[in-house]
Amino acid sequence: MGEKRIIYLDHAATTPVKPSVADTMWSCMNTHFGNPSSIYRIARESRNAIETSRAQVAKAVGAEPGEIFFTSGGSESDNWAIKGVAFANRKKGNHIITSAIEHHAVLHTCQYLEKEGFTVTYLPVDHYGLIDPADLERAITEKTILISIMYANNEIGTIEPVAELGAIARKHKIPFHTDAVQAIGNVPIDVRTQNIDLLSLSAHKFYGPKGCGALYIRKGTRIDNLIHGGGQENRRRAGTENIAAIVGMGKAIGLATADIEWHNTQIRTLRDRLLNGILEKIPHARLNGHPEKRLPSNINISFEFIEGESMLLWLDDEGICASTGSACTSGSLEPSHVLLAIGLPHEVAHGSLRLTLGDANTEADVDFVLEVLPKVVSRLRAMSPLYKGEKEEKRNV
Amino acid sequence: MYSDKVMDHFKNPRNVGEIENPDGVGEVGNPVCGDIMNIYLKIENNIITDAKFKTFGCGAAIASSSMATELVKGKTLEEAWDVSNKAVADALEGLPPIKMHCSVLAEEGIHKAINNYRKKQGLPEWEEKNPHSHEHEDVTCEH
Repeated sequence: MGEKRIIYLDHAATTPVKPSVADTMWSCMNTHFGNPSSIYRIARESRNAIETSRAQVAKAVGAEPGEIFFTSGGSESDNWAIKGVAFANRKKGNHIITSAIEHHAVLHTCQYLEKEGFTVTYLPVDHYGLIDPADLERAITEKTILISIMYANNEIGTIEPVAELGAIARKHKIPFHTDAVQAIGNVPIDVRTQNIDLLSLSAHKFYGPKGCGALYIRKGTRIDNLIHGGGQENRRRAGTENIAAIVGMGKAIGLATADIEWHNTQIRTLRDRLLNGILEKIPHARLNGHPEKRLPSNINISFEFIEGESMLLWLDDEGICASTGSACTSGSLEPSHVLLAIGLPHEVAHGSLRLTLGDANTEADVDFVLEVLPKVVSRLRAMSPLYKGEKEEKRNV
Repeated sequence: MYSDKVMDHFKNPRNVGEIENPDGVGEVGNPVCGDIMNIYLKIENNIITDAKFKTFGCGAAIASSSMATELVKGKTLEEAWDVSNKAVADALEGLPPIKMHCSVLAEEGIHKAINNYRKKQGLPEWEEKNPHSHEHEDVTCEH
């Protein structure tokens, strides 16, 4: 039996490292072993490699290189931004504002801070997953010391009005953090014009390596350290640098942000072909998230009467990698908090499927999914006690 | 994550469907929790001559329904009542710990269908005595 074809449609979970990024990392690993904190020449070469990457990351988000700090990934960046700002500003207040649809790296950090005496407002979202800036304005109190709202949602792809939210935070002189892990490379990001004070990034979401990320901290932002120890990262984040990963991240972010317009058009065209095909071929399917204000690579769709994990198993059987918001894959019994926050009934949330496209996907991939998916959905519906077949079809005509 | 046996019963489920004029029906689970199982039994002379199911749920729920219906076919009601969730899980060569409740649901579905039959016959319903049967109560999600 030959190798089965793999159609990877889970780029929001992670992306494959680009060959040119892997080459850069490989050569870096083979040449720059010197500890960047040491004084001799080979150490300075390591240091220079890191600083080059820092400049690349800074350029990608419109920051100064001195405002970029490398971390172990998106989760550490979120933890650092939130705990760091909260603890540094504890004397000023104890109130944090975030949203109900944040990634768990933000939500669970906020829940931890609640145990430490902070109070947290979780802003609601509308049925598209959008935050209303007026809700943010209303939630601000004298005690508010941090606002953390994601740039784009990892499940439903909705893009939040970040510049507007940032302007409100700026007006009230409250630090504004955004988790841009999913957004970078898909949306032009400029921390200056978009009023962002802290921004989290993760390299493996844009064809870089896992285990490497960055936090942008606007100059002058009060923030405590999270990782204590040596004087690395301008004494802000201890630990000998993962030089190869950092260099890979710099290379990858340069590629990811080089031509966002062109890239988006390509991927959106492919995404729409897939999305429209699904909606055309499969009844009782609904798109979750905003129709336009969404990441160009994201599809999140609920199929009524069936459950997500069984869909994933069948798709996997055909070599298609996808993801679901059903509880059955998360180890808990609750479906995705994001799908519940946009108002989906539990049973519809259990039947969600997320397909996130990437650079290597082709029209042939899309057409193959359009051939396989309707059969999978029909097969599962045929055995579902919730599906009444013909009767359901007529009801919705 | 799943054994070959689970995958086999998931991909080629036995006994899918409904029985016309069933002698016993057991409907268990909750769409909120992501799993519903309907079990249909045909019973003649105290023996289960046919069993079918319809299930909304994950791979483990579908495989458990398939295996449970296989296990009870041809058994007397007493024997079928004693098919435990563990027997279903064992026959599937094991389920991941977080999926054990799917086998519990299958056991409950069979029990409910048997009691539905007994009730219709004017017989007293049998009591759940297997402590596993209550396990699902603990993990039932919030409504």
